[in-house]
Amino acid sequence: MTEQAQATPGAAKEIGARRARKEDARLITGQTRWTDSIQVPGLLQMAVLRSPMAHARITRIDVSPALDRPGVLAAFSGRDFADEQGSLPCAWPVTEDMAQPPNPPLAVDEVRYAGDAVAVVVARDRYSAADALEAIEIDYEPLPPVLDLEEALADGAPLVHSDLGTNKCYDFHMPAGDYQAARDRAQAEGGIVMKRRYLQQRLQPSAMEPRAVVVEPIAAAGEFTLYSATQIPHILRLLLAMTTGVPEHKIRVVAPDVGGGFGSKLNLYAEESIALLVARRLGRPVKWTESRSENYQATIHGRGQIQDIEVAATREGRLLGLKVSLVADMGAYLQLITPGVPLLGAFMYPGIYKMDAYDFSCTGVFTTKTPTDAYRGAGRPEATYAIERAMDDLAQELGIDPIELRRQNWIRHEEFPFDTIAGLTYDSGNYEAATDEALRLFGYEELRREQAERRDRGDPVQLGIGISIYTEMCGIAPSRVLGSLSFGGGGWEYASVRMLPTGKVEVVTGASPHGQGHDTTFSQIVADALGVPFDDVELIHGDTKSSHKGLDTYGSRSLAVGGIAITQACGRVIEKARKVAAHLLEAADTDIEFSGGTFRVRGAPESAKTIQEVVLATHLAHDMPEGVEPSLDADATFDPENFSFPHGSHLVAAEVDTQTGFTKIRSYVAVDDCGRVINPLVVEGQVVGGIAQGLAQALYEEATYDADGNLTSGTLADYLVPAAPDVPEITMARTETPATTNPLGVKGIGEAGTIGSTPAVVNAIVDALRHLGVDDVDMPCTPERVWRAIQESSAASA
Amino acid sequence: MPRISVKVDGVTYDDDVEPRLLLVHYLRDWLGKVGTPIGCDTTNCGACTVLMDGSSVKSCSVLAVQADGSEVTTIEGLAADGQMHPMQKSFHEEHALQCGYCTPGMILAATDLLRDNPNPSDDEIRDGLEGNLCRCTGYQNIVRAVRRAAAEMTESAAATDPKEARV
Ligand code: FES
Ligand code: FES
Repeated sequence: MTEQAQATPGAAKEIGARRARKEDARLITGQTRWTDSIQVPGLLQMAVLRSPMAHARITRIDVSPALDRPGVLAAFSGRDFADEQGSLPCAWPVTEDMAQPPNPPLAVDEVRYAGDAVAVVVARDRYSAADALEAIEIDYEPLPPVLDLEEALADGAPLVHSDLGTNKCYDFHMPAGDYQAARDRAQAEGGIVMKRRYLQQRLQPSAMEPRAVVVEPIAAAGEFTLYSATQIPHILRLLLAMTTGVPEHKIRVVAPDVGGGFGSKLNLYAEESIALLVARRLGRPVKWTESRSENYQATIHGRGQIQDIEVAATREGRLLGLKVSLVADMGAYLQLITPGVPLLGAFMYPGIYKMDAYDFSCTGVFTTKTPTDAYRGAGRPEATYAIERAMDDLAQELGIDPIELRRQNWIRHEEFPFDTIAGLTYDSGNYEAATDEALRLFGYEELRREQAERRDRGDPVQLGIGISIYTEMCGIAPSRVLGSLSFGGGGWEYASVRMLPTGKVEVVTGASPHGQGHDTTFSQIVADALGVPFDDVELIHGDTKSSHKGLDTYGSRSLAVGGIAITQACGRVIEKARKVAAHLLEAADTDIEFSGGTFRVRGAPESAKTIQEVVLATHLAHDMPEGVEPSLDADATFDPENFSFPHGSHLVAAEVDTQTGFTKIRSYVAVDDCGRVINPLVVEGQVVGGIAQGLAQALYEEATYDADGNLTSGTLADYLVPAAPDVPEITMARTETPATTNPLGVKGIGEAGTIGSTPAVVNAIVDALRHLGVDDVDMPCTPERVWRAIQESSAASA
Repeated sequence: MPRISVKVDGVTYDDDVEPRLLLVHYLRDWLGKVGTPIGCDTTNCGACTVLMDGSSVKSCSVLAVQADGSEVTTIEGLAADGQMHPMQKSFHEEHALQCGYCTPGMILAATDLLRDNPNPSDDEIRDGLEGNLCRCTGYQNIVRAVRRAAAEMTESAAATDPKEARV
């Protein structure tokens, strides 16, 4: 354990315990409060009419026939709100000259993707509202769709936003070191320059709870309460204030129980904004609930990149340089951090490796498709996929074992802290330990033997071994770093600790959970820090009225940033209580020791006060020390000094049936290092769940469009979210290398599984087929694609 | 409008409903039984699963009128006499939920699974829950929870079943 970790007050009784979660009670009994479950008096239901075309001009729209339908109170088109609806914000202008076209909540003149909202109906119930949509009269003049990223950049391509004169959103370039020199050296010395193109298909995040919003106005006071299935109640309030003109203090945003997010509820969405405008216009509460089909059209998609990779290395396999050129699909509009997602990956392409030079560039492109934005991992899974695929490919080219190639190039544990070529400082890590443990659990040598045997006998079922050794950056991010990247927000988190007279504790956090288990893990931290029972701690979050300040939950930041704020606030409570305890015990502050919930006079341990006694005495305030206010409550705002860098070694054995193309994951070993663990049960849950999502990208999921730009994966019948039989059992283990940049030594684990798993699975499939001449299979690696890859390579070699 | 009489979690309700009203909307919007959530519009996700006369059904694929005369158990009525059902307990103990949105349906589908097969293998559990999607957990802990509940339920059945009792 590091010195820092020991600095946590009190003995660690709760931290590290496998606590079953507090939040489960209401979730397993149905006593939940999802946004769609909220009822308020006089509630009206809103339904949204969406464009059936990918790209068209609206030549006529008449909502009035909808008003004749039973139960309908109002109907509006974009024109009705043209003056007040503003533009949905993008907080990340990644370059100074980035093109940022308007993103009106309701389209006014033109629709730019199938699913773009064009009108709303407000009725007494959801059936009437949905029925009345079909009465709206609307004429479209079709415009050409823009679907292919490279064609979109060609001269004369049809334009998504004709005013821009181009489909290019931005060009971002980040060179580090002299890549050309690294490349020249590789060539001069008989090394290798390897080029690859990898494709990141679009994904539909598929949180099981679709989005929903309820807006309750107090019209006379100009006040609004907005309940939303959102990850970001605090940011949402700010964005609503900035776009609707309702002053911030007149908006209360509540995120009730939220059924998963994975980045897809990290936005100000059109429907949230429109619901507020409608509630304001009508002076009535309004609810909108997304159907799954709407969710697939109108909630952001993830990934969507072409990755051109060039690796320069010596003949012996030492990495000299890496060049990454991306084309990234923005979709039709820029949502909150659309253009920045590839940049979150920019720092991660070098992964765990040392090299002399790195050159990253990315071109953002508009298409007539659903906007993209952050989806679990946001940029980092893409980066990890490319570098880990490339390492396996390079090992093959050089005839080196892929584990050995990685060993040769990774940052050794004694080299931390390490300044990477991409400009990050990795504070800690031990790739050797995690990898050795993974190899041991996996039985690497034995599987390699079996692989050779199957190849020798031409077994129709071939065995492949896939490797992915990743690191990632969590805790997005130190505010100054975000500033230097032109991001329009900070990276701190807020906490406040309220000591109730009976010794119970209320903890306000600015993080906003939606499945992660913050109530449990944060209670464990507080229980240790204050020496109070776990059950005496209650978390308050997700309501701007009771947790007024915060930056919410994404980027695996809640523990690594929010948890530290809580730790610091607890420390301040103890310092205040120490003064009161000293007074009560008639000793000097400096003679008071605190541990396990009790203040004792140094050298006279029988002279003691529990924290509960001190809290009550402070509440009564009959006998306070001179000049000390009668309150132990404290708050803290923590801004991290660095990212945290979890890492892990994932190994996959896949059996690929060369006759059917079917892949069966035979074993999956994941050894992850997320630093100090607060609750192993929760960590393991995050790891397995994350792996399932990353594996789904590798094997099952893809957002697909037809030639007209219609989403053809627009329902859960067409988009293959894996079910229980589609996901293998995962063997998990952990190494624990504490972060040195925060007092808990924690790193974050929310996205790690997703980041590590995708390349491990695809590498395994390719490894099974290399001897047949296959060196790539596009994701998702469906049986058909795998089968075709085998056929094509055998045709090529024939 | 047809009149229906449905017993939901032990209480009988009589209502005149539109023929097209889905059972899940009847539960949620009419009866305030909002413990049963909706996750899709193509009957794929299973979030809306309830027990109808003891068998699990996706309540988004049943019309309210089809439930006339039947007895429906939702997640809100699963605990009996203030005691959580063993499946609820084991979901908690095995950390078989994260956001919890799939959980009501998953728990009810799993109880139905054990009714047909009181001692399923892991593969049988996975296959049996194929109609219920979870985006958070990766299913591993759900499988464990069902296994654990199966063991507990077999044990307690053995303890109360006189035929099994040892003399
Ligand atoms: S809501 Fe019924 S199956 Fe999805
Ligand atoms: S726990 Fe979130 S969908 Fe299953």
